[in-house]
Amino acid sequence: MIEIRSVHKKFGEVEILKGIDLDVKKGELLCLLGASGSGKSTLLQCINGLEPIQGGSITVDGVNVHAKDTNLNRLRQKLGIVFQQYNAFPHLTALENVTLALRLVAKRSRSDARAIAKKHLEHVGLGDKVDLLPTRLSGGQQQRLAIARALAMEPAYMLFDEVTSALDPELVGEVLDTMRLLKSEGMTMVVVTHDISFARQSGDRVAFLHSGRVCEVGTVAEVLGSPRDERTQRFLQRDSRA
Amino acid sequence: MQFILADQGFHWSDAQFLLIGALHTLLVSVLAGGIGTCGGIVLGWLRHVSTGIRVVTTPYVDITRSIPLLIQLILVNSALSMSGNAFSTFWLSIIVLSSSMTVVTSEVVRGSLGSVPYAYIRAARSLGMGYFQTLFHISAPLALRTGLSAWIGLLLGLTRDTALVSVVGYVEFMKSAQILISRTNETLPLLLGVGLFYFVICYPVSRYSAHLQRGIAS
Amino acid sequence: MSGYTFYWSLVWDAWPELLSGVRLTIEITCLSVLFGTLLAMPLSVARQNGRGVAGKFSAAWIEVARNTPTLFQVYMMYFGVGALGINISSFASVLIALTFNNAGYLAEIFRGGLVAVPPQQLRAARSLGMSQWQAYRTVIFPQVFSHVFPAFINQAVWALLNSSLGMLIGLRELTGAANAAQSVSFRSFEFFLVTAGIYYLLAKAIEFGSRIVFRRALRT
Repeated sequence: MIEIRSVHKKFGEVEILKGIDLDVKKGELLCLLGASGSGKSTLLQCINGLEPIQGGSITVDGVNVHAKDTNLNRLRQKLGIVFQQYNAFPHLTALENVTLALRLVAKRSRSDARAIAKKHLEHVGLGDKVDLLPTRLSGGQQQRLAIARALAMEPAYMLFDEVTSALDPELVGEVLDTMRLLKSEGMTMVVVTHDISFARQSGDRVAFLHSGRVCEVGTVAEVLGSPRDERTQRFLQRDSRA
Repeated sequence: MQFILADQGFHWSDAQFLLIGALHTLLVSVLAGGIGTCGGIVLGWLRHVSTGIRVVTTPYVDITRSIPLLIQLILVNSALSMSGNAFSTFWLSIIVLSSSMTVVTSEVVRGSLGSVPYAYIRAARSLGMGYFQTLFHISAPLALRTGLSAWIGLLLGLTRDTALVSVVGYVEFMKSAQILISRTNETLPLLLGVGLFYFVICYPVSRYSAHLQRGIAS
Repeated sequence: MSGYTFYWSLVWDAWPELLSGVRLTIEITCLSVLFGTLLAMPLSVARQNGRGVAGKFSAAWIEVARNTPTLFQVYMMYFGVGALGINISSFASVLIALTFNNAGYLAEIFRGGLVAVPPQQLRAARSLGMSQWQAYRTVIFPQVFSHVFPAFINQAVWALLNSSLGMLIGLRELTGAANAAQSVSFRSFEFFLVTAGIYYLLAKAIEFGSRIVFRRALRT
């Protein structure tokens, strides 16, 4: 379980997160919705320690992410994260992208790493593209590569930071399908997204962020079906393509 | 009265003399280039990661790039003479040229490391890779693509700069040719030969480097 | 080392000579950069187009200038041309050689800037009735300049440093003047340390001066 308690975060003088309280339960798909600048992506990058926090705490399975004596490299093996773009290392083939961390971090042998990498690449539908460089892959394929690379480390949680926002519309589907596949296999996922229909179809719970605070949180039916907060309602109305 | 120099024609030993000069040029270029590259990589990386080190080393970098190489050679020569110890002109040349190469290489290294998109470093760290693992497997290969062409240019520039070390008494190719000129009076053929020597080394390599750069850009 | 005293007063006594050396250095630097720039503009255009005699000529100029030592170029002007019977003063040799050198390097720098200017700019200027030369002078090259300004300043500093090669053919620019002065007293270290300091100040003057000029040019 991920426990986020009263998290405050500043970038220079500007406070982006103004006291976030949130839990992520095992096996659920939690969607983080909100306008640009509401702090969703920042929160995600605080969870795996990429960004420091100035107040509060984030605990992953009992380990305080920002404690001085926490082994971040070991903790990050539990947290897979996929970003919006520029995920795949451009100088390595798809297979090498996946085997790199397996060899260096998980300390697998070369042959084990290759086998595990192949398995995960096939799982996301890239089995025939293992020896291609990312420049030869479409945007959707690069995102799926990033997902496979994160999954190969066998994380307990997967974090997704607007992974379809930079894709051409026809490539979005394959990535969402992969995410739905993960959900069906029981992966715990935190998904920052603009895509309300995805949240509606695949999400368990939704947290709506506004100006660095959690405005509203609850099940999909509660937040998206009958939102209580006026700001949530305005956001959902604006985004009426959902 | 006409002063006739003895022995004005060319001899086979002249070719040998020039060859030794050419070898000296190549030796200095390769050695100073190697030392300067290693030093430059370390200095460039240090200046990239630590603001403190960058500030402290900026005077050295700044001064080395703002003083003619000729002056640097004469100055170090003079300083070493004052110390009273014997030193070889070869090592003097290596010291000064390596220092110059270190400084310019460090700027290229710093620039290329800085040009690696943070997104890739972030992805590597998120996979659990440590700082040095990320540096060696992600940042360095990507920085190399950006900086390789510039570095090749620096190395060729160093090769051309070796022509100056004769001012401290080390006889490399240019000086060998000059010595021959003063004996044989065959100024133009020898001078043109000198130019050709450097051109034949530098031009193909810089063309190849431009070709590499185009390949990397695609 | 112990027992070695520094005689800075000797340097001070030779100040007039050093100062006239500085003047020569500044002259050579400014003139070679100015003429080099004027030559580099048509050279870069010809090289970029690549066609015909002009294209090949500019390619040859640029490649020779950039792939041979500057010292070689100076020696060619002084000794090489001298061997043909034409005697050129050391000042003229350094000036011509450095102009040749600067033109080559600047042409490559300008070429990088030419690529960055959209081709529509030239077409627009020509369709307004401008001649090729007018279009390049008033529309294209100002843009090229703002793109390549840092590299241009770098080259100007290089020209300053290269002027020191004059010493090797007897020219009394700063390095030559210092060399002549120290050969009397054998206090080479003091003289050349001061000389190094002067070059540093001159290089900084070029950098800071140009930054001010650039900022003012950008504001208009």
